[in-house]
Amino acid sequence: MSQPIHFHPSSGFDQRSREAMNDLHLRRSFRGAMDFLQAKRRAQFTDANELSRLRDLGEAIRRHALANLPQLLEELESRLSRNGVQVHWAQTPEEARAIVLEIAKRKEAKSVVKGKSMVSEEIGLNHALEAAGIDALETDMGEYIVQLAGEAPSHIIMPAIHKTKQQIAELFAAKLPGVAYTENVDELIRIGREVLRKKFATADIGLSGVNFMVAETGTLFLVENEGNGRMCTTVPKVHIAITGIEKVVAKLDHVAILNTLLPRSATGQPVETYQNFISSPRKPGELDGPDEVHLILLDNGRTQAYGDVQLRATLQCIRCGACMNHCPVYARIGGHAYGTTYPGPIGAIISPHLLGLGATHRLATASTLCGACAEVCPVRIPITDLLVRLRNEAQAADADSSLRGAGESRKPLVSILFRAWALVYRYPTLYRLSTWLMSRGRAFMPGYQGAWTGIRTPLIPAKKRLRDLMAERQRTN
Amino acid sequence: MPNHTDAPRRYPAKPAAAYLFSTCLVDQFSPEAGLDAVRLLEREGIAVHFPPDQTCCGQPAYSSGYPEEAKAVARLQLDLFPEPWPVVVPSGSCAAMMLHNYPKLFADDPVLGPKAVALAERVFEFTEFLVHVVGFSRHDEAAEPCTIALHTSCHARREMGVHATSAALLAGLHKVTVAQQARAEECCGFGGTFSLRHPEISEAIVTDKVASLKESGAEAVVSADCGCLFNILGHAEFLDKEAGRKPTLPGEHIASFLWRRTGGGDQA
Repeated sequence: MSQPIHFHPSSGFDQRSREAMNDLHLRRSFRGAMDFLQAKRRAQFTDANELSRLRDLGEAIRRHALANLPQLLEELESRLSRNGVQVHWAQTPEEARAIVLEIAKRKEAKSVVKGKSMVSEEIGLNHALEAAGIDALETDMGEYIVQLAGEAPSHIIMPAIHKTKQQIAELFAAKLPGVAYTENVDELIRIGREVLRKKFATADIGLSGVNFMVAETGTLFLVENEGNGRMCTTVPKVHIAITGIEKVVAKLDHVAILNTLLPRSATGQPVETYQNFISSPRKPGELDGPDEVHLILLDNGRTQAYGDVQLRATLQCIRCGACMNHCPVYARIGGHAYGTTYPGPIGAIISPHLLGLGATHRLATASTLCGACAEVCPVRIPITDLLVRLRNEAQAADADSSLRGAGESRKPLVSILFRAWALVYRYPTLYRLSTWLMSRGRAFMPGYQGAWTGIRTPLIPAKKRLRDLMAERQRTN
Repeated sequence: MPNHTDAPRRYPAKPAAAYLFSTCLVDQFSPEAGLDAVRLLEREGIAVHFPPDQTCCGQPAYSSGYPEEAKAVARLQLDLFPEPWPVVVPSGSCAAMMLHNYPKLFADDPVLGPKAVALAERVFEFTEFLVHVVGFSRHDEAAEPCTIALHTSCHARREMGVHATSAALLAGLHKVTVAQQARAEECCGFGGTFSLRHPEISEAIVTDKVASLKESGAEAVVSADCGCLFNILGHAEFLDKEAGRKPTLPGEHIASFLWRRTGGGDQA
């Protein structure tokens, strides 16, 4: 059983991040992994000009796709249909789950092997399959570990990155019959693979995500490193692919460019081990491939982002995870603290569309706005601008926002404080008076200044403000 | 709007006069840094004007989700710099606010919009101004050798693209060794109101920053941003007081450091 998705991630965020930060093993794991991934990415992009031009291209391709989203989706559907792929549309997670269950029922499926798919996490598919008596097995090694532990992924690319090899060794020894404790990583992988191999051969349905969908050719593009994705999409008789509506691009050429950015940004690999181009079910005379291929296209709030000229940029994301790999907050609190399917900076900006701003507003505040995420984003999503926008919407006083949950987390006291602040700082006379009083009263500055002095010495105003010093100089000159 | 920060800025020739927008933190809490910035510029032959009506760039409200309040405060600053002189800001963060966010805040305003854009074009972060406009080239031959660490703020680094200018100024001082610190590019955990909204995460980040600065072997830390300095130095001092020991990580604004190293203090 995997953990349920938190439908109100804002509540409990502080508690979860505190627990994560107090877990020194966890902090060391994340810190080490983030340092490693940052160095790997850096080594891939040694030419700053090339990187800049590639990011321009990546951004342009994704913006072009989103600008033409309805037409491209129609083109994609008609191409895929002509190729023999069955296309399903789901507005909500419930609808998406129902489509999978309906196919499974029709096929009398007993077991499903799953390639890595964050959208399947987003819709809580494993729960639904288990509830229907269908055995669902994760076949990506990281996902497999997380599933075995009854947890959710803590990273969108490396789901089990929060686990040490000792923890994995303990997990395998405890959960897999006849497996002895070993910290040998190669051995651990061999054990996992052995379990999975047997399942591929007998599963009724293979399920996968999609990295990009090509409208002009009707192709599903899927990358992976373990070969499990290819097994899931070719061995079982039925392949179900599930993804968000935003993953479409216009041309096959666009995939070539985006895929020079994706693995280098994500894991610091020049290229993935497996690239799968899936355009149809098995054709007559072909030896491999499923009899049926289904594509489920999920909205789940994405059209809300699409409908806003600024927030639409959220959908440019190609799910590389570089933003979380470089985020100083994510490095400290890890992925589970966010309580959402997508953690880190991308999670903070996409989750409000999936779950509503009322339930997720706290995530957008959990950023120093340092901009490390936007700096590495391969498609130049202006993440910090979007975080600021979501902060505005979260406390918006007027209800003319089209965002679900806007204004719900408005705090009257904080609003009054900022109004008072603006009053003082917009009138020079008031500012002069208040700063003069602060300087005069510096001896009476409290030693306790809220959260600031929990770990810092208090801020004490100078005896003379710069304006006083400047005025003195003018008098003496 | 895509945020292309790669585009190079145009720099004017060295002017006879410039404005100083000191920032609210420097005005109230760190006036010496502002004064040293003024002294440095004046010694280079630039007359510095300090419009007395200036208050704050508006960033606290802007980054906290209160754009109207930010706008009201930013609005005041728009009218304070009537002459076509550069506006020098001793903070990468506040300079970035004026350079990038003022035009966004007033984008829909036919009068203030162009005004914000015109102001943004002549806003320069202090070290950027010293390197690219002033051509600062003084030495510190008379000073004692020292080893310091440089902390560049995230906004200086990523929004202004000027992390290299602080480093260049220090590299020009022959008797200063700049110590290498682990993860120099990582945030110090300040983030303005973030430090109050998420104090524990802020603590986790600044703890690591202070540790890596100390491990670098530096005697002191300099930065061109007072917000980061208050956070880093405030935490280091807190730890020292808790442990009942002498200060282990002093620090100051780069303007004060440069002024002292290049003989400024001797003339005062």
